[in-house]
Amino acid sequence: MTTNGSRRQQREPEREPEREPGVEPGGEGLDPASLAPVVDAALSESARLGCRHAEVRVERIRSQVVRLRDGRVETTADDTEYGVGLRVLHAGAFGFAATVAVTADDAAALAEQATAAAATAARATSRHVELADEPSHGQVRWRSPYRVDPATVPLADKVSRLEEWSRRLLEAPGVDHVTATVLAVVEDKHFANLEGTVATQRRVRVHPVVEALALGRDSFETMRTLAPPTGRGWEYLDGEGWDWDAELAELPELLSAKLAAPSVEAGTYDLVVDPSNLWLTIHESIGHATELDRAMGFEAAYAGTSFATPDKLGSLRYGSPVMHVTGDRTTPHGLATVAVDDEGVAAGSFDLVRQGVLVGYQLDRAIAAEAGLGASNGCAFADSPLHVPIQRMANVSLQPAAGEGPTTADLIGAVDRGIYIVGDKSWSIDMQRYNFQFTGQRFFAIRNGRLAGQVRDVAYQATTTEFWGSLEAVGGRATYVLGGAFNCGKGQPGQVAPVSHGCPSALVRGVRVLNARQESGR
Amino acid sequence: MSPRRSAPMAGSGLPPAHDVVERALAAAGGESVVIVEDASEAELRFANNTTTTNGVRRDRRVTIVRIRPSPQGPVAGAARRSGIVDVEDLAAAAWHDAEGSQPGEDAADLVAGGPDPDFEDPPGSTDLTVLGGVVAGLSGAFERARGEGTVLAGFAEHRVATTYLGTSSGLRRRHVQPTGAMHLVARSGDGSRSAWAGAGTATFDDVDVDLLERRLAARLEQARRRVDLEPGRYEVVLPPEATADLMVALWEAASGKEAEEGRSVFSRAGGGTRLGDVLSPLPFELRSDPGEPGLECAPFLVAGASGADVSVFDNGLPLGRTVWLEGGRLAHLRYHRAGAARAGVEVAAPVDNLVLELPGGSGSVEDLVARTERGLLLTSLWYIREVDPATLLLTGLTRDGVYVVEGGEIVGAANNFRFNESPVDLLARTAEVGATVRALGREFGEWLNRTAMPPLRVPDFNMSSVSQAS
Repeated sequence: MTTNGSRRQQREPEREPEREPGVEPGGEGLDPASLAPVVDAALSESARLGCRHAEVRVERIRSQVVRLRDGRVETTADDTEYGVGLRVLHAGAFGFAATVAVTADDAAALAEQATAAAATAARATSRHVELADEPSHGQVRWRSPYRVDPATVPLADKVSRLEEWSRRLLEAPGVDHVTATVLAVVEDKHFANLEGTVATQRRVRVHPVVEALALGRDSFETMRTLAPPTGRGWEYLDGEGWDWDAELAELPELLSAKLAAPSVEAGTYDLVVDPSNLWLTIHESIGHATELDRAMGFEAAYAGTSFATPDKLGSLRYGSPVMHVTGDRTTPHGLATVAVDDEGVAAGSFDLVRQGVLVGYQLDRAIAAEAGLGASNGCAFADSPLHVPIQRMANVSLQPAAGEGPTTADLIGAVDRGIYIVGDKSWSIDMQRYNFQFTGQRFFAIRNGRLAGQVRDVAYQATTTEFWGSLEAVGGRATYVLGGAFNCGKGQPGQVAPVSHGCPSALVRGVRVLNARQESGR
Repeated sequence: MSPRRSAPMAGSGLPPAHDVVERALAAAGGESVVIVEDASEAELRFANNTTTTNGVRRDRRVTIVRIRPSPQGPVAGAARRSGIVDVEDLAAAAWHDAEGSQPGEDAADLVAGGPDPDFEDPPGSTDLTVLGGVVAGLSGAFERARGEGTVLAGFAEHRVATTYLGTSSGLRRRHVQPTGAMHLVARSGDGSRSAWAGAGTATFDDVDVDLLERRLAARLEQARRRVDLEPGRYEVVLPPEATADLMVALWEAASGKEAEEGRSVFSRAGGGTRLGDVLSPLPFELRSDPGEPGLECAPFLVAGASGADVSVFDNGLPLGRTVWLEGGRLAHLRYHRAGAARAGVEVAAPVDNLVLELPGGSGSVEDLVARTERGLLLTSLWYIREVDPATLLLTGLTRDGVYVVEGGEIVGAANNFRFNESPVDLLARTAEVGATVRALGREFGEWLNRTAMPPLRVPDFNMSSVSQAS
């Protein structure tokens, strides 16, 4: 290895704290005053060009990844995306243009490019795009609740934390390899539209994951932490909102038991599904199925459509009467939580499924107008200043039982022969959200109302309405956990959105369970 | 109101990319690598027989990698920013990263070399005019679809990315990569029948919307007769697009490090990897090659961050023909230079294309269908996810057309299925292989656009359950 850097080259000169154009001193988000020329140029030029609607977003998104393999640094990445995007409605069509050059001149040029793009699209547009009305919300300033900006935590501290967690597991009997990863995002958005809403928002989120691997004589098993991604700062890794010490302490023994566990006998079982697993089933079978753009065919070429079509609103028996599902963009620490969405719509909450019946959809302004629903419920999001906002998922959550409600042990106690499924792993669902298959991290056999050790190779498969129709009971508030993901994919070009899903433990009767090893013919 | 023609393009004021490389290297000093990725993109999306979202963008990302010497070995730090970048600040951020990090397993000497002759050329670019033929074609297609009671949806995108790579060791590389994709879906008015066609392209000169539309219309006609089938194992003809998705999943699992750790389908029981093992009795070749005709891609490695088998130290590494499967044997797993040296194997870095070919394989999808007594012709696979890494068992769905073949002819369309299958096992069970053609994977084509695959006949494809989706 050549090391031709001299001592002089290795030292950095003293510099002022890093500051991007448009960023407030102190790093507390974007500075509306310094961005005003950019925003004004984009909107005024759009208006001059005759656009009926225009909205501009300046965004600065800082994403960091640190990953250790067996306690050694494998990956560090520190990425800052800064840019401006403009969407206009012109000649009955949308036009979008974006650039990473955030200047007033470039913003004015964006207006021309976006208008030209709309004109191009209009040549093949068969009906004019309309937007549901939304009043101006004036000046909005909001930040998600966090205490420690993860971007300000030195990399050495991040490495040290993951190293220490890795060491704990590597020292435990039966653990052969450990990977430890933390993802952290600080997302700053400055939005303005012709209606007069100007919103400056900051969202912070982190997702630490630790996975242990155990090798057997002719097989291996992995097990990872259940801690969900969350709309918090670095304080999450210090134990605020999650007990890391307890989780890491139990992982080796659980992994060893999983490696030694018998392979599941395929068949039909009653399932008690832990929130750490159920959030993903909710995401795929309810969250996406109740996106109205999908249900109306606007994602037919990519993400797919939905069995929950608009003609079934108010009548579709989605699940059993204990099923109450809400959408919101307001839950504290929720990954989809905002004050104002990327179309200038104020955040709110709404019902999607009530007493087991489909009663609502997630909307953006264009879809709300297309469906004649009057107003959006604030589900527009773009994952980058360079991407157009599309309808994305709110925090979609299954509500717990009223009152104290059952505990997870109560639900397990109601099962004679079943499986308690904990943690998410593999997931897949069809393009109309009927048929799904999920696995998990841990599977405990239930016999006569009691846990009877782990089994392995479990995958459960069902059709959405049959699964939720077999939902016999949901746990009480004490079992409720807010899960979620950073990487929900949708749209072309592909976008990823962070989203949370809260749910209690749940008892579902008579679900088909596969043996994954047998499925591979072995 | 028409746009003013004299207006500058947004982003046209970005400084010359090669100049950014030089200034960033000077700011970084010592051992360092600078990557400038400059891209312009244009896209058109449509659904329900009308355009939906569309637009253009100009992107630029600057990455600085700095190497900090330490008694335990060199430590890499990297930082990336977009737009008009203050290279002094970015160099400082990369250094802070290096100071906070530790020596990794991937350390190696920086790749040496000189300047490409075109290094100082401006970046390539694209705009919506590239999609002019698509727009024109769609306008008529929408009208015909409305008349026939069908619904079209899809997406066309074009991207021209220019990469500039410079190192403190003198290397200066430049590569222009055009990438395009076209997706078209046709659905019957009641949603009971659907068909998909997709194509990868560099220029869109070879994309014929009318041809794709006619192909889909024919498929919808063939699907008028509905055949309900139960789950089970079926003989299937996988079109090249479906083969592409399965082979991309196989290639993604081909990490040398992960195999060594015992956590992949390419791990040998008891330790080590399965390099050299016969995976298929057929002499398949799975390869990547920057010079593959029609699938040309960057002939040097670009890595903004290190991973299990890719290293920032290897930036600029010349890439050549890399054979992953040779004669049906596992010939290479992905390794960075340091990992390859440690394992005593050849370096095998990722290349931005993938080709599966059986020497002597001939015939199209239609030829394989004509030789099928009873089976299913699939269109595309969707929502493919790993279920069991030990076997590389994948699950997923058939999508937009499962056609029933009897006596060499399509006689109707069946319901969709959920499958559970391993692409490694499939190669071992494949009964017939057609000619390799360029094909865009429905799902993973978004990630790896340049793939060429043959159609495959598999005698016992595991359809685990029925999907009601249509």
